[in-house]
Amino acid sequence: MAGNNTQLVSMLVQIADDHLILGHRLSEWCGHAPMLEEDLSMPNMALDLIGQARQLYTLAAELEGGQRTEDDLAYLRSDREYRNCLLVEKGNVDFAHTMLKQFYFAAFMKPFWQQSLNSTHKAFAAIAGKAVKEISYHIRHCGEWIIRLGDGTEESAARTRAAVAELHPYTQELFWMDPRHRSLVTSGVIPDVSLIASDWQSTVDRVFREARLSVPDVEYPLSGGREGRHTEEFGLLLAELQYMQRTYPGAQW
Amino acid sequence: MSSEPMIPLWEVFIRPRNGLHHKHVGSLHAADSEMAVQAARDVYTRREEGNSVWVVRAEDIVASDPSRSEENFDPAADKVYRHPSFYDIPDEVGHM
Repeated sequence: MAGNNTQLVSMLVQIADDHLILGHRLSEWCGHAPMLEEDLSMPNMALDLIGQARQLYTLAAELEGGQRTEDDLAYLRSDREYRNCLLVEKGNVDFAHTMLKQFYFAAFMKPFWQQSLNSTHKAFAAIAGKAVKEISYHIRHCGEWIIRLGDGTEESAARTRAAVAELHPYTQELFWMDPRHRSLVTSGVIPDVSLIASDWQSTVDRVFREARLSVPDVEYPLSGGREGRHTEEFGLLLAELQYMQRTYPGAQW
Repeated sequence: MSSEPMIPLWEVFIRPRNGLHHKHVGSLHAADSEMAVQAARDVYTRREEGNSVWVVRAEDIVASDPSRSEENFDPAADKVYRHPSFYDIPDEVGHM
């Protein structure tokens, strides 16, 4: 069981990292959205993601035995210790790029949380119960935008196609099952992420069909984040994310 | 944004709780009805303001003419007998 606990902590931190980093990227739009309505909508979604990250880090810190807090996990690790997938750290390009990135991630997390509702780990199942409602809205909101942008003007369609071309190669990493987490699947704690691919694909197909986008064939899938190998822009993101805790350790307000 | 005039204006109505009626809370811009409902949810229900949203295209609302407000509304001013305030209500009835 002790071994299982270490694996669960590592899995929780991995999911939390995805949410913290994607939430942080999304929060960069605050005050810069193309219209006022989206200036509220995007930070709303960012707060959902950061809230989910907090719950996951808190649970991980508890299971670990309390040597570290949620803040230590979120703010005081080095880049190689973050296990988020590369997709979520990709820098913002334009609105279409951001909506697509959120959509890809939400289309993965919805079935993940749905299958986690029956987790044998009660505290984890409780987090899933709250998160599944939030992520369902993210799919709907970002999906509807992609349909309108992809099937919109010449410019919006071109930007959306460019986003697909850039981001699609990063999506396969979502379905990579860390061998260290296998026993968590066997004991019914977490779902097998490699089995979520078909569910994800059908969500993407449905929206892409309406958006008149085609799903590209990916020759060279890009990955590394799950093993701590990140992109160059991740360092800049962390510098901003961690600045306050590093400069004023333990600061409270 | 310069493209904003092309995006229609919608009036937003929120129902705070079951049993109450929808109340006008403000307006927003959205390209179509689905996006208007989503924007209304995002802009006006962040603090648990309600559990149902209506959106109506602002141009579909027909309003009374302000220049006719005297002929429309002043005649009601001296008809107090239209208020049900002249009945004795037994205490047992409670709130009506």
